Amino acid sequence: MEATVVRTGTEGKTWGGGNDPLKASYGKMMMWFFILSDALTFSGFLAAYGFSRFKFIDSWPIADEVFNHFPFLHGVDAPMYYVALMTFILIFSSVTMVLAVDAGHHMKKAKVTLYMFLTIIGGIIFVGSQAWEWKNFISGEYGAVTTKGGNILQFVDGEGHRVALSEIAVPIEGDRVEHEANNGIWFDSGAELPTYSLDEIKAGFVANEDLLIRTQTFTEDNEKTILSRDESLAKLDAEAVGTVEGANLTQNEYGPPLFADFFFFITGFHGFHVLSGIIINIIIFFNVVIGTYERRGSYEMVEKVGLYWHFVDLVWVFVFTFFYLV
Amino acid sequence: MAHDTTHEGSATKRIWFVFAILSVVTIAEVILGIIKPAFLTDTMFLGMRLLNWIFIILTIYKAYYIAWSFMHLEHETKGLRRAIVWTSIFLISYLIFILLTEGGYIYEVYKSGHVAWDF
Repeated sequence: MEATVVRTGTEGKTWGGGNDPLKASYGKMMMWFFILSDALTFSGFLAAYGFSRFKFIDSWPIADEVFNHFPFLHGVDAPMYYVALMTFILIFSSVTMVLAVDAGHHMKKAKVTLYMFLTIIGGIIFVGSQAWEWKNFISGEYGAVTTKGGNILQFVDGEGHRVALSEIAVPIEGDRVEHEANNGIWFDSGAELPTYSLDEIKAGFVANEDLLIRTQTFTEDNEKTILSRDESLAKLDAEAVGTVEGANLTQNEYGPPLFADFFFFITGFHGFHVLSGIIINIIIFFNVVIGTYERRGSYEMVEKVGLYWHFVDLVWVFVFTFFYLV
Repeated sequence: MAHDTTHEGSATKRIWFVFAILSVVTIAEVILGIIKPAFLTDTMFLGMRLLNWIFIILTIYKAYYIAWSFMHLEHETKGLRRAIVWTSIFLISYLIFILLTEGGYIYEVYKSGHVAWDF
C-alpha cells in the first residue's frame, strides 16, 4: 500500500486533503445541499403563485371563504381552523422527530423507536388531512356561473350570504342527454353534463327577487363586489355561458382557475414530500428497531432523515402563510 | 457517547421551548387571520397591507427557529451555515422581487391597456 501512495508534500496542510472544515459528515452535508436545492424549487413555485396573484390582485379568491370546513361540523363556517390544526400536527411531528434525534445522540434505542413512531403517525394524519382538504376543494360548496371572459359569478341573497346553485335552480324538463361513447359515430364521449343547466339557473334567478350576483372583483373595502338586482339580471343574461361546481384544473368556482392550479400543484408537491418523508421514516424506523444503528454506534441516519422531515415542516410554514393567511 | 444528564435535560428543554414559540406564533397568526383588525388591513406599507407584512415576518421568525433549533444549524460551523442560508436568501429574494414586479406590471397592463380581456 505504502509504495503506491504519491507524496505531494502537502500532507497536513490545508490543501493536502483529509480536512473537514465544515465538520459535517458527507451524508449530512449532501442532505443539506439537497434541501437547499429543494427549497429553491419550492420558492420557484411560491414565487410563481405570487406572480399570478399580483397579476389578478383585484380578483383573487378570499382564502377564508374557500377553506372553511371542519370535520363533523357541516355547514358551519370555520375559516382556517382545520388548516391550523394540520399545521400543529406537522409542527408536533417535527418536535417528536427532533426528540428522536436527541435520544439518538444518547444512544437510547427505545426512545428513538417511540419518537420515530410518533413522527410517522403525525405524518400520516397530516397527509390524510390534506386529502380531506382536497376533497372539499374539488367538490366545492356553492357553485357558480362562468362567463364568456373566463370569470365566475357567484350568488348571494339580500343580506350578502352565499346561495348555492341547488337552491336557485328551477328544474326544467328538457332533452339534456349525455353524449356517450356508444351512441356517437366514433368511440368518444362528450363532456359530462353539469348538475344544473344554465337555463335552470337563469330561470331560478329571475323568479327569486332576493338574489343578487357577486363578482370576483374586490371593492375598496376589500370585499367582493355585489351588483344591484338590475345589474345582476343584465350581467347574467349577457355574459353567462355555463355553470361550475367545485374546482379542477380548468374550472374553479372560487375564482381564477390559476388559483386551483397552484393549490393542487403546490400542496400536492408538498404532500408528495410528506409522503416520501413518511416512507423514509418508516425505513429508518425499522432499521432502528432491528438495531442497525445500535451496532453502527451512531444514529446519524436518524439525524439525516430528521433534516428532511424538518424541511417539509419548514415548507409547510410558508405554504400556510401564502395560501391561507396572506 | 456518554453525555452527562444535564446536557440531555437542556437539549430537551430547548426543544419544548421552541415548540411553545412555534405554537404561540401560529395561534397568533390564525387569530389575526380570522378577526383581521381593520387598522392593520387598511394601513398600507410598501405596497402591501400591514397585516400581510406581519404574517410574513412571523413566518420568517418561525422558519428561523425551525432551521436553527430543529435542524441544528446553530451548532453547525459558520461556513456550512452561510453556504446554506446566504445562498438561499439571496436567490429567493431576487426571484421574488423579479416575479412580483412583473406580476404587478401585467396587472397594470390588463387594467389600463387598450385590449379588453374581460368581454
